[in-house]
Amino acid sequence: MLEVIDIHKTFNPGTINEKVALNGVSFTLNDGDFCTVIGGNGAGKSTIMNAICGVWPVDSGAIVIDGNDVSGLSEHERAPFLGRVFQDPMIGTAADMQIDENMALAARRGEQRTLRWGVTAAEREQYKEILKTLDLGLEERLTAKVGLLSGGQRQALTLLMATMKRPKLLLLDEHTAALDPKTAAKVLETTDKIVKQHNLTTMMVTHNMRDAIAHGNRLIMMNEGRIVIDVKGEEKAKLTVEDLLHKFEEVAGRDSVSDRMVLS
Amino acid sequence: MTGYIFSLDGTALLRACPGGVAQGLIWGIMALGVFMTFRMLNFADLTVDGSFATGGAVCIMLIMKGCNPEVALIVSFAAGLSAGLATGLLHTLFGIPDILAGILTQLGLWSVNLKLLGGKSNQAINVNLVTLHITSNARYLSRTIIIMVVFCAILISILYWYLGTEQGSAIRATGINPKMSRAQGINTDGMKVLALALSNGMVALAGGILAQFQGFADANMGRGAIVIGLAAVIIGEVIGESIFKKGMSFILRLGFVVVGGVIYYLVYVLVLWLKFPANDMKLLTAIVVAAFLAVPYLKEKKKNSFHKVARENKKSGIISGKGEE
Repeated sequence: MLEVIDIHKTFNPGTINEKVALNGVSFTLNDGDFCTVIGGNGAGKSTIMNAICGVWPVDSGAIVIDGNDVSGLSEHERAPFLGRVFQDPMIGTAADMQIDENMALAARRGEQRTLRWGVTAAEREQYKEILKTLDLGLEERLTAKVGLLSGGQRQALTLLMATMKRPKLLLLDEHTAALDPKTAAKVLETTDKIVKQHNLTTMMVTHNMRDAIAHGNRLIMMNEGRIVIDVKGEEKAKLTVEDLLHKFEEVAGRDSVSDRMVLS
Repeated sequence: MTGYIFSLDGTALLRACPGGVAQGLIWGIMALGVFMTFRMLNFADLTVDGSFATGGAVCIMLIMKGCNPEVALIVSFAAGLSAGLATGLLHTLFGIPDILAGILTQLGLWSVNLKLLGGKSNQAINVNLVTLHITSNARYLSRTIIIMVVFCAILISILYWYLGTEQGSAIRATGINPKMSRAQGINTDGMKVLALALSNGMVALAGGILAQFQGFADANMGRGAIVIGLAAVIIGEVIGESIFKKGMSFILRLGFVVVGGVIYYLVYVLVLWLKFPANDMKLLTAIVVAAFLAVPYLKEKKKNSFHKVARENKKSGIISGKGEE
């Protein structure tokens, strides 16, 4: 379960580049919720993700994951609670390490890095089985460097790595935005499958309204650092792109709907 | 010219080779330390110029005070650890950029090293009074080389094991992708400090061994050490990759770092034998390292350049009427 309580964050305060990125964001996700987050450029979608991950400290407010206040923990100290997939497929994996080595790093998330072997033979067998579920043939390339994989393959692998050690919260930050439409659809399909399989509490940032509507049981729309729309359950299930556009224009004004949100 | 050629003495070259091999093996250990930061952590650590001399100074002063030479080497290693720790903390705790953090520690160590050497720029031990297992004494040179080869092999095995452990993997991941590492719960700052400490430990150990080998420590003995270390790493990689192509395993990569050190010193011996002034060696080393670092970049550029596109378009006549006949 995730509780976000009145988060504020301003970048470059007191300079001409001052930007209020989060302006009092509060929401609560229940166990097993799959929440999509949508909004225009600069609305604060990725910023709220980074606040939850602890990329930097917030100015004020609290973030509580599964009953633990993590607001004062640094990025790597929060990692045990979180599974993360980034927009850039290059960021989620270590290119110059093998597939099995990458998975072993993820399997030890939140554990002390000891002087035991980085990857054991038993783990390799286990990884092969997990990789088979992706249906990308990666199980045959366990010792290949991740840098040799395509963007879609790397993103799928990152998704596995984010979830192989069950996170309290899975954070997907526009994780299909850099992929071609076909690959993006496949990665999204895999995402749905994994989230359902483990009943993971999930937040997925997307700029694609259709994806935001098609996935999950809750939808949050952000604008200028605030949550402007929050729909769930029955209402979310019935939502259409037109409804959403209409609602958004109501709260944020006609000009704030970006082409990117409508067209893609 | 003929006079010069006749003045060269082939047997002198042969006589100088074993000394070159022994020195190369010692610098190979130093290069393993450089490999750890430069290749694993992606951090060009200039601390080594200072910590190498620190290792030498600590070792010689302890032996002069009657300490067992092997124990003295352990203390050298520990001194190097703390030098690396200093750079690591300057970088991670105080946000000082990597190269500058190394330079600051290196500069500070200059004073520390002089203090260690009792205010003199060099100190020698009386090699007749202590039993050294590693010595440049020609009579024991073959034994020294055997000891060094065995020692290098052990050190490479330990390093291979360590970098394969969970901790070693975390260090490697930190060097390759710090953002991903933090997302996987790795304390990237901690890993940087750890790797810098271990690296400088190895460098200081090599400094201690070299001091024993030559029988003295000098405040200047680490000057340009980073470049010699890089030379060994790069020469080793180029040669290893040309022999094993893509099939070079990690343990071979480590092994070839030491091979690179040996080759560097054999070339050094050869160049001195050709009567190059010894003072020009640093310039020569700098040029060699610059060339080796530039080659992969230039190769890539040659494949991928505006100039090439312009030339080929001109040749092919893709723009109508402007092609060559």
